[in-house]
Amino acid sequence: MFEHCAAPDTLNSFHWMLCYLTTGKHMGLYISFGTVLLLLAITAPSALLFGFGGAVAARSRFFPLSILGRGYISIVRGVPDIAFFLFFVIALDQGLEWLRHKWKCPEWTDAIWQGNDFVVCQAAKLPLGTSPQWMHEVYGFALAVLTFAIVFGAFAANVLYGAMTAVPKAQIETASAYGMSNRQTFWRIIVPQMWVYALPGLGNLWMVLIKATPLLFLLGIEDIVYWARELGGTKTSRFTDYPHGDWRMWYFLMLLVFYLGFTKLSELVLDRVMTRLTFGQATAGGEAQRRANA
Amino acid sequence: MSCWDIIADYGLRSIGIGERLLPRSDFTLCHQFTLIGSGLIWNIYFGVIALIAGFFLATAVAMGKASRNVVIRKASEWFIFVFRGSPLFIQFFFAYFLFLALKSQSDIFGAFTAAWLGALVVLFLNTAAYSGEIFYGAYLSIPKGDIEAADAYGMTGWTRFRRITWPTMLRLAWPAYTNEAIFLFHATTLVFFSGFPAIQQKGDALYYANYFADKTFNPFIPYPILAGYFIVLVLIVISFFGFINKRLNRHLPQDSRGKLRFKLNLIR
Repeated sequence: MFEHCAAPDTLNSFHWMLCYLTTGKHMGLYISFGTVLLLLAITAPSALLFGFGGAVAARSRFFPLSILGRGYISIVRGVPDIAFFLFFVIALDQGLEWLRHKWKCPEWTDAIWQGNDFVVCQAAKLPLGTSPQWMHEVYGFALAVLTFAIVFGAFAANVLYGAMTAVPKAQIETASAYGMSNRQTFWRIIVPQMWVYALPGLGNLWMVLIKATPLLFLLGIEDIVYWARELGGTKTSRFTDYPHGDWRMWYFLMLLVFYLGFTKLSELVLDRVMTRLTFGQATAGGEAQRRANA
Repeated sequence: MSCWDIIADYGLRSIGIGERLLPRSDFTLCHQFTLIGSGLIWNIYFGVIALIAGFFLATAVAMGKASRNVVIRKASEWFIFVFRGSPLFIQFFFAYFLFLALKSQSDIFGAFTAAWLGALVVLFLNTAAYSGEIFYGAYLSIPKGDIEAADAYGMTGWTRFRRITWPTMLRLAWPAYTNEAIFLFHATTLVFFSGFPAIQQKGDALYYANYFADKTFNPFIPYPILAGYFIVLVLIVISFFGFINKRLNRHLPQDSRGKLRFKLNLIR
């Protein structure tokens, strides 16, 4: 990166460290922080969407749909999430390839599961064997995002379901007194008012989502955990200009601090949002705000 | 080979008793049920011991956070913040590499680099922090009248704590603490995926489920088996905690007794 980094073994320790921390591989580490943030940025809204769908389904008066919604919520919540992460990534991959296989190669007669192998025709592979490396990485990342969205969608569904039922009965009765249909009541009364009840749960969920991001590593993404292990391991001078001992402890300490800072920041922001949302609400929090201002 | 033989060979495989090699081909359902069930021993071991030990530390931390002494209070707050604010996964990794580094200094830490002790320590501290926060919240919501009544009887210090504060705190915290216990059992599945090696393939339930999924390339059998085992485990935990909850609330009028509500949340 810097000019004087050409001969690292001649440098004093401060410059050595500076050069060491700006090697190409370390750039990979820094970029992977971006990966984590990107994952959060995509997963949070899509999990909310899944959650909304799940909550609406669970509330539905159409029995099979309601069973589907409730089943989704309770199964995902009852089993260790990490098992779901490991499961969904393979299951989604195989499911997609199976569908494409049925569609693209209808003349194929062999079994798809042959003993211990899962075989689909070349045209059904995802991504295609011929596609460039970045396609594979994007596909892997997309699967991870979908998995996160499914799992956290179930948690969000639970929170939103609770929030929808927490909207005061009188509000809904008033809506029907005005002659609103069920659909109108839902969109005009329940949905706008449920957020203040949902926010503590959703905020909690956000914290948990942040803390779940290192599990990306288990899904085969080159994330911060991958790089911390990779860069921290003992390096001899044979393979690198920057030999050092086993520094993995320090790299993980850095990740620990990163996550602590991130959760602290989120806490502060969520407190702000909560204050804003409680404003003027008919809740204890809203009442306290009114008194403080009066 | 009948299923009984398989159970005899692999039933205690996760703690190193029985067949040395894991099955490599011709996996039957019996293999999967037996091995994954055998791995569950580890999950129960980690969960139960961390829970019991963590309970006492959690009480101490909750009292520390409520303490008027600044040093004790700050120390408790930081302890809770560090363990609740960072991912358990990273804590495992950090602890493992920390123990590795310490091992090169002194042999005492050799045992800590193995999962049975090292991961247990992390889980113990982690659950103590989460439960400590729960207990602290419960401590704050002890009815004022209870404490005043204790004062009126002339109870102070240890007597007041043992007879009034502590039982009431537990009673109020119990539903949330039950969730924390369930949580903890779920969290035990992370151990062998986070640095701590599964020596001689002695792993937990998820380790074996993952093994089968990798070998057969079919996730639709091992993971549902694992899920089934965990649902049973969680039901046992719930009924055990429900029993204690009943006991904690036995002096209350029937209709005001808190029903245990289960919110199974989340990873950490």
